[in-house]
Amino acid sequence: MSGDAPTDLLSIGDRLVARAAPGEQVEVFVARGDSTEVRVYGGEVEHFVSAHSEGVGVRVVSAGRTGTSYAGTLDPAAVDEVLEEARANAAFGTPDEFAGLVEPDGVDTVPIELWDERLVATSTEDKIALVTELERITLELDSRIRVDEADYSDGGGESAIVTTTGIRRHRRANSCHVSVSALADDGDETQTGFGFSVGDAPADLDLAEAARDAVNRATRLLGATKPRSRRTTVVLDPFVTAQVLGIIGSTLNGESVVKGRSLFRDRLGEVIAAPGVTLVDDPTDARAFTATDVDGEGLAARRNVLIDDGRLERFVHSGYSARRAGTVSTGNAIRGGFAGLPGVGCLALQLSPGARSQEELIAGIDDGVLVQSVTGIHSGVNTVSGDFSTGASGVSITGGALGAPVREFTIATTLQRLLLDIVDIGADLKWLPMRAAGMSLVIGDVTVSGSS
Amino acid sequence: MIDSDVLDRVLARAVRSGAGFAEVFAEDRRSTSLAFDDGRVDRVTSGRDRGAGIRVVNGSTTGYAHTADLTEAGLLAAAEAAAAAAGSGGAGDRVVGSVGPRSEGHRHSPVITSPADIAKSDRVDLLLAADEAARSAGAEIVQVSAGIGDTRRTVLIANTDGVNVSDDVTRVLFRVSAVADGDAGMQTGYRSLGHTVGWEIFDTVQVADLAADAARQALVKLAARPAPSGSMPVVIKNGSGGVLFHEACGHGLEADHIAKGTSVYAGRMNELVASPLVTLVDDGTMTGEWGTSGVDDEGTPTQRNVLISDGVLTDYMWDLLRARREGRTLSGNGRRETYECLPMVRMTNTFVLAGPHDPDEIVAATEHGVYVSELGGGSVNTATGDFVFGMREAYLIENGRITEPLREGNLIGNGPKVLADIDMLAGDFAMGGPGTCGKDGQGVPVGDGQPTLRVSSMTVGGTAA
Repeated sequence: MSGDAPTDLLSIGDRLVARAAPGEQVEVFVARGDSTEVRVYGGEVEHFVSAHSEGVGVRVVSAGRTGTSYAGTLDPAAVDEVLEEARANAAFGTPDEFAGLVEPDGVDTVPIELWDERLVATSTEDKIALVTELERITLELDSRIRVDEADYSDGGGESAIVTTTGIRRHRRANSCHVSVSALADDGDETQTGFGFSVGDAPADLDLAEAARDAVNRATRLLGATKPRSRRTTVVLDPFVTAQVLGIIGSTLNGESVVKGRSLFRDRLGEVIAAPGVTLVDDPTDARAFTATDVDGEGLAARRNVLIDDGRLERFVHSGYSARRAGTVSTGNAIRGGFAGLPGVGCLALQLSPGARSQEELIAGIDDGVLVQSVTGIHSGVNTVSGDFSTGASGVSITGGALGAPVREFTIATTLQRLLLDIVDIGADLKWLPMRAAGMSLVIGDVTVSGSS
Repeated sequence: MIDSDVLDRVLARAVRSGAGFAEVFAEDRRSTSLAFDDGRVDRVTSGRDRGAGIRVVNGSTTGYAHTADLTEAGLLAAAEAAAAAAGSGGAGDRVVGSVGPRSEGHRHSPVITSPADIAKSDRVDLLLAADEAARSAGAEIVQVSAGIGDTRRTVLIANTDGVNVSDDVTRVLFRVSAVADGDAGMQTGYRSLGHTVGWEIFDTVQVADLAADAARQALVKLAARPAPSGSMPVVIKNGSGGVLFHEACGHGLEADHIAKGTSVYAGRMNELVASPLVTLVDDGTMTGEWGTSGVDDEGTPTQRNVLISDGVLTDYMWDLLRARREGRTLSGNGRRETYECLPMVRMTNTFVLAGPHDPDEIVAATEHGVYVSELGGGSVNTATGDFVFGMREAYLIENGRITEPLREGNLIGNGPKVLADIDMLAGDFAMGGPGTCGKDGQGVPVGDGQPTLRVSSMTVGGTAA
């Protein structure tokens, strides 16, 4: 992890911003980080990757035209070239009255601790020992189990944003997680399962839970067959729910709204989800894997209620989408790295949890399917039309209890119907290495396609 | 990028504590991209990524470190870090000689007009032409976005086996998407074009045609009905569905999955694994295709590998480590996204050769089913063989005729079963559009292709009974 003084990155930003021409807006985003990835296989380290990355991205807005450039280095000469290049690129953008950088909006950042010195102090040997132990305890849980990947990874980094409009922010954050992928064999048949655990430092990681999840997921699918096709109730496992929330979140993206691509663009203030459904984007919740105190443009990250008891309350915005929509940024600019313009997106979604455990939810279902994993979300879900269709595997629910395992089927509905068909929400909030937290979600009237 | 004598010293440092193999992978990537959306050129960006990754293999452990500092001092520091990551305790008998004379990867795709010589204003003109063509396709077209970009990637690979090779690949990409709005909501259309060539591609391909086709796709789908649910025959149009093979068997034929027993194709060499109609090839040498390069990212020349011949499994795909361990010949399939990544076994351009049937005959022979004229992405669980892929444009087949358009959905199948169930294969082979294959968090450019074909039974994941 970097032990450099935080002023270093800010001073690079200050130096470039000071070179802005009159009438020109300049934003400098500078980042550097270190990460470690250890994979253990068969009790030995298969690979150990020790990575350091750094880079700078510059946005120039001049006469309504925007240009950007980046470089994967902080070498001063290269950094200077990036500013020149961004300026040259701006000449080719179309003038846009809404283009521009955000200005400080008076919203204070919520103090949350994103940096954990315990992680910095963890030795390489301890990281290797941790993931070796994860592989070992996973194998010990069941004689039918093989492990093909047991991974530990951590990352820590700092970034700074400085603009000519008065933004000047520095942040640093680190975290770690383990994951394990297990195979269960029975004769010629093989099934797979995974488990993981995330934390601020290795001491927070729950290896036993990760191992148990991987083994249960793999072994309970042994003997799985195609379910019969029908419309039925599905219970989404927390990991699946988190993926679905990510998709829902993308339909509430202010940029999609102003460009006419959101299927909820005309629905603000209307009921779009079942009663009891409250969806919040809250990056200031320190428990979230993607918790942050600032967004990608340097504004304070904040708690935004998107759906309140079924009613659509708010879209998420960056500075640009907000200006076009005639509103203010909700602090939802996101960056994928130092290259390119920030986009708009939800930062840390969560549903308000319900009162019952997954087991209690299942007990109330006469016929249905527990979906433990989905595939093809990127190919079978269209966030513009709302069509939703994914591959799935899981366990049938019969008479309020889990029955036979099922696989090689799809679940299909539309995003519009899915939100309205939410029957219940679990109490089993789970933090995952994703932009959304998970919990069990019961959805009625979903088409299961399997055997005819 | 780096002198050979510097490479010698860096490699020597990397194996100093006894490791059996070390490699330097240096990369210089320059990219330019322009994006058009909502009537405006809204993103003009360019940038450069440059650095080197150093891999040290000590017994069964691989250590990897990378740096953006290409000076000798920077490379030596990365070599130390990679060696430390690989651990000590190697045999210690590694004698390091010199890397061989520097060679250049074969230029399978000559670049006639370098994108670096094209003014950004010319790129803007192409985006404007696409927007106009899409919008003029119909009043229901309410939104158009398009992007144009190019990347020039120069790599240098040297290792303790004496490899010392450079390669230089230019890629040009154009994409366009359209949104149509109708009584039943919005629909989308998408077309893309990507080749390992220069700007001359735009002399022969009109971006306006691609844009008009993206708009047509969105307009057609305004009248689409929900896709059916359940098992039925599926016909896939030529050049639109190579991703079927990429998922149904491509990933399962990668040697890392084979070695760990996480593929349904492990232990099946020389067995019938597909319909005898199927011959599957992976070929990184195809002129101009998206997955083509002179050498792979371990310095092995790319080549044409027949993986399945008349239904019989003839070979897997290999990277350097797996091939060494198994005593196999290198196949040129060791690839990585950037210098920050370890190489893995990856596909290049993967395709199925033409068969004996006539495309019209295939549709006519299908009483009730689905005709997919463009597939979306897909994914696979190699251990179970279960895979999915999306249908971006599809139609119902009724009584041997293509009839109504269908809304989007996924298809699901099991690789070995679907390969066996390919019962008709046409002579109209065509390559498809550019793809990005994701594996273990790394994306690499891949191509695919196939003739029109029929799978006698697959599960269609729609909502209609």
